[in-house]
Amino acid sequence: MTELKLPSLDYAALAPILIMLGVALLGVLVEAFVPRRLRHVVQLTLALLAVLAALTMVVLNADDRIITAGQALAVDGPTLFLQGAILVLAAMALLLIGDRSVERGGAFVAQAAVTAESADDRRQAEGRNGLTEIYPLTTFAIGGMLIFVAANDLLTMFIALEVFSLPLYLLCALARRRRLLSQEAAMKYFLLGAYASAFFLFGVALIYGFTAGIPGRVAGVDFATINAAVTESPASRVLLFAGMGLLAIGLLFKAAAAPFHVWTPDVYQGAPTPITGFMAACTKVAAFGALLRVFHVAFAGAAWDFTPVLGVVAVLTMLVGAVLAVTQTDIKRLLAYSSIANAGYLLVGVLSPGSEGLSGTMFYLVAYGFSVLAAFAVVTLVRDDDGEATHLSRWAGLGRRSPFFAGLFTFILLAFAGIPLTSGFTSKFAVFGPALDGGHAWLVIAGVLTSMVLAFPYLRVVVMMWLSEPGESTPTVTVPGGLTSAALMIGVLATLVLGIAPAPLLDLATGAADFVR
Amino acid sequence: MSNFPFLSVLTVAPLVGALVVAFLPRHRPELAKQVAFAWSLLVLVLSVVMWVSFNAGGDRFQFRESYTWIPNWGVSFTFAADGIALVMLMLIAVLVPLVILASWHDAESSKRSVPVYFALLLVLECTMIGVFAAADVFLFYVFFEVMLVPMYFLIGSYGGHQRQYAAVKFFLYSLVGGLFMLAAVIGLWVVGGKTFDWQALSQVDISTGTERWLFLGFFLAFAIKAPFFPFHTWLPDAGGAAPAGAAALLVGVLDKVGTFGILRYCLPLFPEASKWFAPWALALGVIGIVYAALLAVGQNDLKRLVSYTSIAHFGFIGVGIFAFTTQAGTGAVLYMLNHGLATGLLFLVVGMLIARRGSALISDFGGAGKLVPVLAGVLFFAGLASLALPGTAPFISEFLVLIGTFTVNKPVAVIATLGIILAAAYVLWMVQRTTQGTLNPALTEVDGMRKDLNLREKFVVAPLIALIVLLGFYPKPVTDVINPAVQATMDDIGRTDPAPSVGGTVQEAGR
Repeated sequence: MTELKLPSLDYAALAPILIMLGVALLGVLVEAFVPRRLRHVVQLTLALLAVLAALTMVVLNADDRIITAGQALAVDGPTLFLQGAILVLAAMALLLIGDRSVERGGAFVAQAAVTAESADDRRQAEGRNGLTEIYPLTTFAIGGMLIFVAANDLLTMFIALEVFSLPLYLLCALARRRRLLSQEAAMKYFLLGAYASAFFLFGVALIYGFTAGIPGRVAGVDFATINAAVTESPASRVLLFAGMGLLAIGLLFKAAAAPFHVWTPDVYQGAPTPITGFMAACTKVAAFGALLRVFHVAFAGAAWDFTPVLGVVAVLTMLVGAVLAVTQTDIKRLLAYSSIANAGYLLVGVLSPGSEGLSGTMFYLVAYGFSVLAAFAVVTLVRDDDGEATHLSRWAGLGRRSPFFAGLFTFILLAFAGIPLTSGFTSKFAVFGPALDGGHAWLVIAGVLTSMVLAFPYLRVVVMMWLSEPGESTPTVTVPGGLTSAALMIGVLATLVLGIAPAPLLDLATGAADFVR
Repeated sequence: MSNFPFLSVLTVAPLVGALVVAFLPRHRPELAKQVAFAWSLLVLVLSVVMWVSFNAGGDRFQFRESYTWIPNWGVSFTFAADGIALVMLMLIAVLVPLVILASWHDAESSKRSVPVYFALLLVLECTMIGVFAAADVFLFYVFFEVMLVPMYFLIGSYGGHQRQYAAVKFFLYSLVGGLFMLAAVIGLWVVGGKTFDWQALSQVDISTGTERWLFLGFFLAFAIKAPFFPFHTWLPDAGGAAPAGAAALLVGVLDKVGTFGILRYCLPLFPEASKWFAPWALALGVIGIVYAALLAVGQNDLKRLVSYTSIAHFGFIGVGIFAFTTQAGTGAVLYMLNHGLATGLLFLVVGMLIARRGSALISDFGGAGKLVPVLAGVLFFAGLASLALPGTAPFISEFLVLIGTFTVNKPVAVIATLGIILAAAYVLWMVQRTTQGTLNPALTEVDGMRKDLNLREKFVVAPLIALIVLLGFYPKPVTDVINPAVQATMDDIGRTDPAPSVGGTVQEAGR
């Protein structure tokens, strides 16, 4: 029997991950031992502290450029930047998740197992406090995302994918109101997500086969081996292409790129809005972080082969997102399609060669995350007796009723439309510039054309809010408590600051834009 | 005094004013108006000082300032003004206080916040000044796009009939043009070595194919903005729906960004492509002159009529620019100024007329001159200025454009001359059907129609009339400033004027 050697672990570099997963376990214990009335406060504080501690560790590790845990995890510039981004955005999302001032008892269901629409269900919707298990679930998801962007081999990546996906499936099902819609969303997300995971795993297997047979090397699915195999492997290229394709399906599903986007509108609509925001911001960062690493590190040698295919996917994603956004009548679905289109712009960044494309994509991820969280924060506020009023017609005249919040939302929409002096413009420039520089003029032109289409739905919401007269059914905007206000203001300020003075974050992204291999 | 950072201060000042006005209490509209007016006068005074310290015989670009903004992309806050920009800045500084004064009661009828209306006007002034003062392509683009936002809300929130439709159409048209330009801006950045500095970019050699595409990207944005035929359909809607003051700024200044952009960006940065596309641009200009004038004749809505006349005038400006002679170029720039004054006046006067009658339809008027003789007289004068009657400022510019074009392209000049006849038709018919002839009995029942121009309105029209007459007889102060800049632009594209065939008379007319 061969001797098993323990891999060396750099605990400081792994600290952010360990903290999040550790606190998630602690959260499970809190559920068991802390009295019910205290749980909400304890759990929320614990989760936020964990995020802060992990963020501190990321900042302290800022200069790390290492591969640790036996080739499984790479802690390098992109990892740390994206981990930092996930943690900051997750902190904002936690503020939204923890808010109980907008809706009595919070946005989450009190008893998830009660039959939807039954009398019991209506009673619990009336104001019983929501579940507190959401905090450990969220913390697990954050921990999984931190591993996902650091994963340096495909198996670790797969495990991380499951670690952050499973809690998200559950969280989607926990909306306080419109239980059926919420459960449907979770079911859909779970089934399709399971398929995507299966595709990913098949891809891993094929790639493993592809790496076998190089003289002097052991087969494996770590990125260095794959990278070497791409140029040296005697195996059939069909294995490589099939494996790459299947892997891409798994990752593009999480990134919500067409044609793997169909779950997005339903899930975004049915999930509790804070969770929708969390997914739109953090899942996107994680998914694109993994895409960047897989395609820039593992398959860098096959760039000529995958670029045209991913380019077509990018164009398709932009088109589908933009065109279908035009026809939406529900604000959450509209934002979902907008998020799909944004996935297309991000793919343009992924395809740009070199560190400029990488830093541009990372900048885009952060900028978009802030804006989209702020957008969903506003969505949680516009409500009537029956919860959030998400139908667009209900937003008519909102600018008269609550000019402040309508003004903030208008600003975010202008950012999505890419008007200068918002982060939406600078981030578009950050991905389109390197793309054009890298010779992908067709992607930039597609991006510009779809931006034009996409401007229309945003503008329609602005028109609804400001230029229409308020109707009988125009809901009021709930004045939010401290948590939601904080998240909203952080998002809006970041959108403004990254639009006016993007240089510091760009510097940070540029400094981080180099993978260890 | 020439070291004073005029351009950045001029850009920022209205924005500060806008913030002050926006935060004034909503129930004190009078205070908001007074502060906004005083603020715009302050900007005017500063602009006059700048004009005086501009050295007409000096460098092409003066008052240059540069501050780092986004070093990663080579973006900086660079401001600089040549003679063309200076003239446009002056036009803005003159028009905005008059528009504020003219719009004194406009916002009240809309049930919306009055201070916000005036704050939006000041924000608009900030972006307009910025767009003409920028010497960094990125900065120019930023102002070019941001400019849409205040205008969108001015039309959409305070406009008249069909304001929503007009506001969205205006925004989308401009945004589409802007996004084409964005692609070209990024392309220019890539081929120009990752800098946005105008002066550095104007030295870059670009391959012919790339240059043509980039030219198209910029030109499309500017042609929509100006607007040239066939991208003009948003203007009559926007001009018709906007409140009169905002409409005056829209056609008086905002649209000039298009023609200014062609002069500042298309011609010097893409000289070869400009020459290659010139016949097409000339054709668009000529078609615009005739087509828009014909449509103007048929309009029954006063504001739409004025909008169509503007499109015809932009045809003239386009012809003047793409004729590539100093005379025609000077004429075009002068036209931009004079059109701002004359059409601005026409829009404001028409606005006064509409505010009195409560309707913009020509058929609702008739013989109004008997009730409001002074107003009718001013309308007549504004109309004559608009049709370029000799003695008014637009005559000089139109004449310069025509003779400048005639020396190089006779057919275009001849067809464009038709525009003068059509201009007479639409202006005179409009005046005849509104203020002349027998009195429309319905008018006497409208209270507003019994009040002629009040003191405030006289203060609005008097400076414009004075300027139009003054520049009609003595344009030298302005042409002195414009000429070197136009000359430099013509040098950029490597065109020299054809030698005058008869002595020096043609040249003399241009000076």
